[in-house]
Amino acid sequence: MSKTEIQNIKDWYASQFSEYESKLNGQTKTFLHDLRKDALSKLNEMNFPTLKDEEWRYTNVSPILKHNFVHPLSVEKVEYTKEEISKYIFSGFDSHLVVIINGIFSEELSDIKNLPDGVVIGSLDKISRENPELIKNHFGKNIKLKNAFNFLNAAYSNDGLVLYVPNNKVLEKPIQVLYLNGNDNAEVLSVPRSFIYIGKSAEASVIANYRGMGKNPYLSNVINEFVIEQNAHLNYYKVQNESQNAYHIDLTDGYQNRDSVFNHLSLSFGGLIVRNDLASLLDDENIQTHYYGLYVGQQNQHIDNYTFVDHAKPNCESNELYKGILDDKARGVFTGRILVRQDAQKTNAYQSNKAVLLSEKTQVDTKPQLEIFADDVKCSHGAAIGRLDDVAYFYIRSRGVPEAIAKSMLIKAYASDVLDNVTIEEFKEQLNHMIFESLHRVEVE
Amino acid sequence: MISIKNLQAKVEGKDILRGINLEVKPGEVHAIMGPNGSGKSTLANVLAGHESYEVTGGEVIFEGKQLLEMDPDERAREGIFLAFQYPVEIPGISNATFLKTAINEIRKHHGQEELTAKEFLALIREKAKILGMDDSLISRAVNVGFSGGEKKRNEIFQLLMLNPKLALLDETDSGLDIDALKIVSEGVNKFKSKDNAVILVTHYQRLLDYIVPDFVHVLYKGRIIKSGTKELALELEEKGYDWIKNEVLETA
Ligand SMILES: Nc1ncnc2c1ncn2[C@@H]1O[C@H](COP(=O)(O)OP(=O)(O)OP(=O)(O)O)[C@@H](O)[C@H]1O
Ligand SMILES: [Mg+2]
Repeated sequence: MSKTEIQNIKDWYASQFSEYESKLNGQTKTFLHDLRKDALSKLNEMNFPTLKDEEWRYTNVSPILKHNFVHPLSVEKVEYTKEEISKYIFSGFDSHLVVIINGIFSEELSDIKNLPDGVVIGSLDKISRENPELIKNHFGKNIKLKNAFNFLNAAYSNDGLVLYVPNNKVLEKPIQVLYLNGNDNAEVLSVPRSFIYIGKSAEASVIANYRGMGKNPYLSNVINEFVIEQNAHLNYYKVQNESQNAYHIDLTDGYQNRDSVFNHLSLSFGGLIVRNDLASLLDDENIQTHYYGLYVGQQNQHIDNYTFVDHAKPNCESNELYKGILDDKARGVFTGRILVRQDAQKTNAYQSNKAVLLSEKTQVDTKPQLEIFADDVKCSHGAAIGRLDDVAYFYIRSRGVPEAIAKSMLIKAYASDVLDNVTIEEFKEQLNHMIFESLHRVEVE
Repeated sequence: MISIKNLQAKVEGKDILRGINLEVKPGEVHAIMGPNGSGKSTLANVLAGHESYEVTGGEVIFEGKQLLEMDPDERAREGIFLAFQYPVEIPGISNATFLKTAINEIRKHHGQEELTAKEFLALIREKAKILGMDDSLISRAVNVGFSGGEKKRNEIFQLLMLNPKLALLDETDSGLDIDALKIVSEGVNKFKSKDNAVILVTHYQRLLDYIVPDFVHVLYKGRIIKSGTKELALELEEKGYDWIKNEVLETA
């Protein structure tokens, strides 16, 4: 990618802004708009990442920059019925449903009922206009925007999910957020920005479900910010199944308060170039953070996971397990950064990342990055990259099971320690199904 | 049933089997004994089709077919079963899924209908009972979290479920306490019939009190150096292997 191309794409997004602004109507009067303008000027001052940037040395984003993606507000809106979108929704268990199409919250398609008192599940656009006080004090304060994609989202996002759970409230049903992306008339820029606040001793589970539709490439460039207050629990499942010719860039970052628990499970199936940045700041004592990940790549997919656990205070625990399954010419990248600051004595931090290569032409680059400044800590990391287990393969076949099914069994076995962290059984089954579907292999129970 | 002629095999460039000859007829039980590293597991694995072992000579006719030309799963569908010396854990796959898949693949191969869920369940109950296994085991992942003894018992459970023609048991008795040994032996005895056969590898005479062999063979350095009846096992138990090794050296 040449300098002029990079300049061109920056000019493109800069030039689009006034048109975008003109479509925002009342939205320009909210606190969000100051953040947008601020992000736009930062975007102008910086470049999109290249292979020369240490954090991006294995991921070339230049194919993304060759497209002039347009904001959905500038594209004729396509209406969907509940029926049309039902096939994208995880079923078989109760959930609140939020539907966000190309980054824009759809009141009509969402289905949110019987919320406990004070719990808010709503549109960022609407809440920023009608009830900004709910989120204003926290919004944008717990997240570190790092690269031009993040600022592109911050400049152009006009909607997304707000989940606000006040102190002591427990949401029994998970919230399922369907982020449906793509448009048959244009190459769209989908930039939802979501914000999750879990109050003191409150609890919630979120399923963020990214799906693609249509034939056109698009850029799904998302930001998720979370605040998990004292003694609160957040279970966050991300299922990324964008179109195979789409691009997905995710920044999920947030702050955990004392005694809180954050479980994040990331499953990647779709996307041509995928980059997930996941970070948590453990800024008080007795916090638990669990990151589980499974990425399934085939054909020319490139899936890059960058995780960062920032231990700032003593007596916390983080635990990370990422696994990849790669077929054809797919490529995986994993960076696991763990920072244990000087204050963070008695930290336990574990990390394990593994990948199994189903073809000769796949490639994985992994990089653990432990930076430890406290002296009384327990940290470990391990990486294992290899093929499916030969001995188990022989064992299964020795019972009469043909090759293809035996391989599928091994794939399921391989994914099981990640998927075992999904506590909703029906949901887990559907995730299993997605593994076989995306690898085009026979399914096993 | 099976006729092994001058079978030779290599692993990682090393000759392990150096001309095995063995004839097993329906209804027979053959015990194979021999010191550590003599090639007993290798023989069992080669017969089951393990791809790490390279067959360098000889032939094996199983039920009139060239066994060595078949893939491991095909051999199993034709009726070979290997109870592993070290059974493998398969997380995420329940015993039920595993066995149902295997049984139905074998049935399809023989032109039989797949079992219904009900028939399958009934079969599980019947066989689990023989081995004193809890039904709940069936929903657990294959061998995951099983003790050594439970894994061996699960091998015999699979044997009963799949009901092959030839069972190869590789040290199924090693590490079992006497109660478990009795249960496992009972399972094998239930399996035995005039139409099938068992080749069992063991180090211990004790097993042969419960599963009585028709023939006992001593495998040493990749060859069967002595064959006899069950009395040979008693003699080995008493005197070890050195006397046979010497006998071989003298005749050589
Ligand atoms: N996969 C393998 N790779 C390398 N060497 C092997 C392999 N399998 C077997 N061997 C070697 O082949 C020889 C025979 O091994 P085998 O396991 O067949 O012996 P065994 O008679 O079953 O012994 P034991 O009584 O200890 O089970 C040994 O020297 C062993 O080290
Ligand atoms: Mg052995």
